[in-house]
Amino acid sequence: MSGARLGRVLALAAASSLVLAACAGGGGGGDAGGDVTSVKIGFMGDLTGEAAAIVIPPRNGAVMAVKEYNDKNPKVKIELVQYDSQGKPDQATSLVTKAIGQDKIIGLIGPAFSGESKAVGGLLEENKIPSVSPSATNPGLAENGWTYWHRVVANDSDQGPGIAEFLVKAKSPKKAFVISDDQEYSVGLADAVAKSFKDAGVTVETDKFAKGASDYSSTVTKVASANPDVIVYGGYYAEAGRLLKQLRDGGVKATFASGDGSLDQQVITGAGAAAAENAVFGCPCNIPSPDVTGTLKTFFDNYKKANNVDPAIYATEGYDAATAFIKAVEAGNTTGEKINEYLKTINFEGVSKPIKFKANGEPENNAIFVYQVKGGVLKLLGPAEEAKLEG
Amino acid sequence: MLDEFLNQFLPSTVGGLVVGSIYALVALGYTMVYGVLRLINFAHSEIFMIGTFTSLVVITAIAPASPLTGFALFGVMLLLILLSAAISGGAAMLLEVVAYRPLRKKGATRLTALISAIGASLFLQELFALVVIPWLTGKAGRNQQSSPRLVDRDTVFTIGNAAVRTDHIIVVVAAVVMMVALDRLVNRTRIGRGIRATAQDPEAAVLMGVSIDNIVRVTFLLGGAMAGVAGALYLMEFENTVYNVGFVLGIKAFTAAVLGGIGNLRGALVGGVVLGLIENWGAIFLGSEWKDVIAFTVLVVVLMFRPTGILGESLQKARA
Repeated sequence: MSGARLGRVLALAAASSLVLAACAGGGGGGDAGGDVTSVKIGFMGDLTGEAAAIVIPPRNGAVMAVKEYNDKNPKVKIELVQYDSQGKPDQATSLVTKAIGQDKIIGLIGPAFSGESKAVGGLLEENKIPSVSPSATNPGLAENGWTYWHRVVANDSDQGPGIAEFLVKAKSPKKAFVISDDQEYSVGLADAVAKSFKDAGVTVETDKFAKGASDYSSTVTKVASANPDVIVYGGYYAEAGRLLKQLRDGGVKATFASGDGSLDQQVITGAGAAAAENAVFGCPCNIPSPDVTGTLKTFFDNYKKANNVDPAIYATEGYDAATAFIKAVEAGNTTGEKINEYLKTINFEGVSKPIKFKANGEPENNAIFVYQVKGGVLKLLGPAEEAKLEG
Repeated sequence: MLDEFLNQFLPSTVGGLVVGSIYALVALGYTMVYGVLRLINFAHSEIFMIGTFTSLVVITAIAPASPLTGFALFGVMLLLILLSAAISGGAAMLLEVVAYRPLRKKGATRLTALISAIGASLFLQELFALVVIPWLTGKAGRNQQSSPRLVDRDTVFTIGNAAVRTDHIIVVVAAVVMMVALDRLVNRTRIGRGIRATAQDPEAAVLMGVSIDNIVRVTFLLGGAMAGVAGALYLMEFENTVYNVGFVLGIKAFTAAVLGGIGNLRGALVGGVVLGLIENWGAIFLGSEWKDVIAFTVLVVVLMFRPTGILGESLQKARA
């Protein structure tokens, strides 16, 4: 009710800012060619809202990449403009209008989430502004026919099979138990995992519980009675931590695995370090742990120096998304259209993975990365094809 | 199907009794306040939340290196229960003074008090998320907070294939002891007689020399203390809490109170345990995502045949 009214007010605000921007922009139409000395790239996502914890790291990654580039004193400098959408589609829409009309960005890193990406994709397309999202994983985004939209992470439908296939390879289970809460993401992931297990000839039993439930005794009873070799949970870290603790307390010892929604240190504090030990997580994200080597290690050290914390989820992807734009600008492209053409052919070794886009904007490399809890800390084992479980 | 049921029946029963005991303790607060004031105190779920955080702070301060046993465990559990009961009880009294008494003095309608209750509930949640939890724990207020392990998960005995653990026994025994104590207090003491008199007929009670303000204060104190005990047991059992932990549990406890017969103390016990058991038994057949559906279907069916709940509204009935 009040949401609809708020939406209308925002739409009105967006429309009026568009008008203002159109007026203001009248004189500056000629800056597409000629001697451009600086361009603006936007970063959009939830910077202060409820899920800011997963948007701040890619923001930091993007800031790092741009700073490294500007420090080289290039011919065309890049200014990174940050837009705090709080993850809300309506807010993202008005911010994109402002970014295009007033700030004249020529590319956008983000939006971070799928909902807001869906809301602004058409607007970016119309205005010929290329976007590269570091973290929006909804599979449907690639099916809109957008040519200016890209992302550098694998989508949700790659994740379920990725996790299941990895577990089949690593544990050769006979029976799997797939659990989820009742949210869209959770159910989708759990269904995909269950399907892949069945395709691989693994017997699957399932259970679900309501979001926000705290007592999982009936689920624990079912799992204990089924006695599976592996357990996969689709859902977020708060529930995953509680569930894992109660499973272990209930005497269930099978390997516990989950997806990106649960990949957070809080799953370990929630479950307790002992119960969480050896738990496995799959994620389209590449989060370096302190023991990595090579370019990931350089990234890890630089990130830590700049931000005083270890790189967290989607930090490398934020860096890679920014690098894609930087390479385009370096190659002499200073308009949205030209950058987009460049992105179609881009091919470089990113920090998270090799970056190359398919025609629909999906990354060519849709690797799922595997993590395991070791000594109370999440440790990166590598891409699912190469990763080896330790115990 | 039958095989599955037999396999899971006893473990589910144990789980149902544990969670049912916690529902019952929280339900007592709803039922007492309703009995005396005809008010559904929606902020009661936040009184429970305050109990869990009191226990979290105490356990974290004690920080047992390994789970406790014997007298140490008994002492710490007692401390936990008493402190949580005191803080929650105090918070409930404060809530009454701030959110309900001014309305009552002005003769506001029950609907007004209900809105005030919902407001107080949201206020307390946000106060904890934004101010109190970051101050207490130094962590983000909306994150789940975990406590160290206080009680080992040792199996004490088994019934069939169901393992009954130390923590299960503590929850059920503590809950039953608290409920018996409360029942005696209400049915055997002077202050209890005052509560019952006020519940039956506030005006006559005043004429007989009962101070309504005192009675209401004591009612909130007792109900809040029971929620505090529930909070302590919850934290010991699940070892996690969050600013909105009371939301779902509060709804369940309120359901338990209605199921047993709102206004009836023994009804709250029966309602809580029945709800916990039915949820877990139903989950065997249909899966745990159907727990809430099963629980509320049972509630509707019971209320169709017994509109006053399983045991009826006895706090108001003349049994002095």
